[in-house]
Amino acid sequence: MSILDSKIPEGPIDQKWTNHKNQMKLVAPNNRPKIDVIVIGTGLAGASAAASLGEMGYNVKSFCFQDSPRRAHSIAAQGGINAAKNYQNDGDSTYRLFYDTIKGGDYRSRESNVYRLAEVSANIIDQCVAQGVPFAREYGGLLDNRSFGGVQVRRTFYAAGQTGQQLLLGAYSALSRQIGLGRVKMYNRHEMMDIVKLDGKARGIIARNLVSGKLERHSAHAVVIASGGYGNVYFLSTNAMGSNVSAAWKIHKKGALFANPCYVQIHPTCIPVHGTNQSKLTLMSESLRNSGRIWVPKKKEDADAIRNGKLKPTQIAEDDRDYYLERRYPAFGNLVPRDVASRAAKERCDEGFGIEANDTNEGVYLDFSSEIKSKGKQVAYAQGDHNPNEETSIRLGKKWVEEKYGNLFQMYQQITAENPYETPMKIYPAVHYTMGGVWVDYNLQSTIPGCFVAGEANFSDHGANRLGASALMQGLADGYFVLPYTIANYLSNEIRTGEISTESKEFEKAEMDVAESISKLMNVKGNKSVDHFHKRLGLIMWNKVGMSRSEAGLKSAIEEIKGLRDEFYNDVFIPGESNEMNAELEKALRVADLLELGQLMAVDALNRNESCGGHFREEYQDDEGETLRDDKKFKYVSAWEYKDGEATNSALHKEDLKYEAIKIAERNYK
Amino acid sequence: MASKFINVTLKVWRQKNADSKGNIETYQLAKVSTDSSFLEMLDQLNEQLINEKQAPVAFDHDCREGICGSCSLYIDGRAHGPQTQTTTCQLHMRSFNDGDTIYIEPWRSKAFPIIKDLVVDRSAFDRVQQSGGFVSVNTSGNTMDANAIPIPKADADNAFNAATCIGCGACVASCKNSSAMLFVGAKVSQYALLPQGKVEANKRVQNMVRQMDEEGFGNCTNTGACEVECPKGISLENIARMNREFLKSNLTSEK
Repeated sequence: MSILDSKIPEGPIDQKWTNHKNQMKLVAPNNRPKIDVIVIGTGLAGASAAASLGEMGYNVKSFCFQDSPRRAHSIAAQGGINAAKNYQNDGDSTYRLFYDTIKGGDYRSRESNVYRLAEVSANIIDQCVAQGVPFAREYGGLLDNRSFGGVQVRRTFYAAGQTGQQLLLGAYSALSRQIGLGRVKMYNRHEMMDIVKLDGKARGIIARNLVSGKLERHSAHAVVIASGGYGNVYFLSTNAMGSNVSAAWKIHKKGALFANPCYVQIHPTCIPVHGTNQSKLTLMSESLRNSGRIWVPKKKEDADAIRNGKLKPTQIAEDDRDYYLERRYPAFGNLVPRDVASRAAKERCDEGFGIEANDTNEGVYLDFSSEIKSKGKQVAYAQGDHNPNEETSIRLGKKWVEEKYGNLFQMYQQITAENPYETPMKIYPAVHYTMGGVWVDYNLQSTIPGCFVAGEANFSDHGANRLGASALMQGLADGYFVLPYTIANYLSNEIRTGEISTESKEFEKAEMDVAESISKLMNVKGNKSVDHFHKRLGLIMWNKVGMSRSEAGLKSAIEEIKGLRDEFYNDVFIPGESNEMNAELEKALRVADLLELGQLMAVDALNRNESCGGHFREEYQDDEGETLRDDKKFKYVSAWEYKDGEATNSALHKEDLKYEAIKIAERNYK
Repeated sequence: MASKFINVTLKVWRQKNADSKGNIETYQLAKVSTDSSFLEMLDQLNEQLINEKQAPVAFDHDCREGICGSCSLYIDGRAHGPQTQTTTCQLHMRSFNDGDTIYIEPWRSKAFPIIKDLVVDRSAFDRVQQSGGFVSVNTSGNTMDANAIPIPKADADNAFNAATCIGCGACVASCKNSSAMLFVGAKVSQYALLPQGKVEANKRVQNMVRQMDEEGFGNCTNTGACEVECPKGISLENIARMNREFLKSNLTSEK
């Protein structure tokens, strides 16, 4: 019998969550103030969980490494949030959102969790509007929607190109209210260093005060990890500079299984890499694929001429452009899911049609000229000009585009010094999101009792590929509508526990271990900066555990990372002291964990002898370069148990995925 | 992107911690790509300092997409540097010339004490938000349908424009009075413009203004520097609206 018990409730799929809610145990309001809960991270999942638990009456301690909870990286999400509201009357429903998400994830996610996500999606929009989140509206005053990749309805709610910001500030306002009321105690500029277990249960954390460098002990009856994803293992990604895997990795090392680490989302529309000193990549929202058409030149000589600056994209005739997504996937066109769009871009660039003048020639066009003309015509017509000249159409069309995507166009121009209203954007795939994460059961509890994991940090809802505008949905669903119930069920057994002392030998040992790992790093006193190692790790990951993976490449990545890790512990140099604000030490502690995680990602990718979603193994593709999934052998979640420092020794546990409400099928967007 | 390289002289504020006295240090930095962002240029400086076994410059940063509000910096006497509507992380070195000397200082305001080098403590903003920057609605999932109250597009758009504030503090740093009224005005405006925020509008503006004063922020004398330097182009109208809301609450509050 596997140690994995996913605790999926009985009953038909559309009644599981309701039944489960009815049967779960509660904690009475007068008992809640006796119970402490720690929440790590203040993104959508963490802030919404902390706010909700505070409202309910628990003592909540909330931690973030940033200077304010409002800065968590959810803030950078651009395009939108999905919800099965069917406001647009185009046939949407809970079932359809559920189905799209399962299919989008290439049949590698847990049905019951995804159905619940779709089920609570509509509540999220209601809740956010009630909080004063200013979503985009139509002239009639009702909420506007747009479409995202991998779906054929308009169910995405948005606030220009900064939906994540508005949703996070909404959750932050709810959190701030609880902080102001004294229900949540906020620890800014604090980073979790380890989890503390007593009698097998999560009972607290060791945190480092990033201003003073002091280690602190904090106890609780339950710990929620909502610390985000691990895309920064690639060094260059759309993640924030501080985004890291450490909280998730620390609980993994203390007994939480880590699931599907190889499932990484490479987002198709990011600004291409420009140079060796680049620190991060910038996303251009998927929502732009509503209006932009993706192309490369049909002729290699044109691509050459563009790279050499001899031709401009606007000089390439319509017939000489290859709108390769529209050509290959007519049913979804430019709005195929992210993994499909990314691979298609790579395929064209590998064939020599890339248009960016960087080391790798990797870049394709995202062109708004057709949309500017057609939308301009529509606007003119609505204004009474039924036969506008081209100049008028273009002028009105640009205004329309500006209203929808203004901030994105501005950001693009700031970074590239090119005007996307006049010339197509140059884009290329980049690491964006990680579907893998800590394994959790239906209650979002990890294999450590009392340790719950929410948002991007868990593995639960997106399978092998996440659909656009679903991360915001999952973060808020977990924090507002799932955890408050499931955590109460767990805490109902804790009402007699009383306050947990931090003077126990377990806390003492945990603190000593952390202090030791810090002094170990400080005392290497080598010759190379943390970034030096992080960049090298990133290159190994991108080249061998990135968009395209092979057995040989993965095997060599595992060895190379091992070598790099040895070098890191022998030659890293961290200036300053550990008892002060020390950004290099913070980075070193995070990179140390990434150097272990990277190896596990390669091990997982090597184990999965199939291609599915974002995981593409070169050995498993059809004649047209589409993924070949193997449901007979790999219809399971890979959950890895930590053994010792080497990922190659990790033990694999399998959670078989059962599809009862959906007939498993080939994923086809043609 | 035709990149080229420039050499710059940096004059950077260094201060070991909150209690020590700071000073300007001078650094030479060669071969800076004009495609680098300002923060990537600082990364390059830090890499150089680390290789020389010196302490790198501490500065706040995170998303590097101009949205999290972590980055700050007074560059050549202007918050977020020479470009308008641009955060420091989105400022690129193509805005500078070969041979330039660039002054880099932290935000200067009593309400934002320096923690180290260029890092300041902006938690005063959090406390202002905690005093009233929210709608008092609990999580339930049983609020009314999101489309139950139509909101005129213009109101929704104005509320959104106010809500795009990233809380970076450039307004305070740019103001000769260290006033936070653009920040507070934006939050008050967002909720004042939406029906959901109207119920507790009086209480909100009173509480937020009181907290703002307690934190040591100065008053507004309408110089407008905040609007000029705001990376998100938050309008002065928000301050006017806050003043109206404040006046209205004084006249209509039941007390």
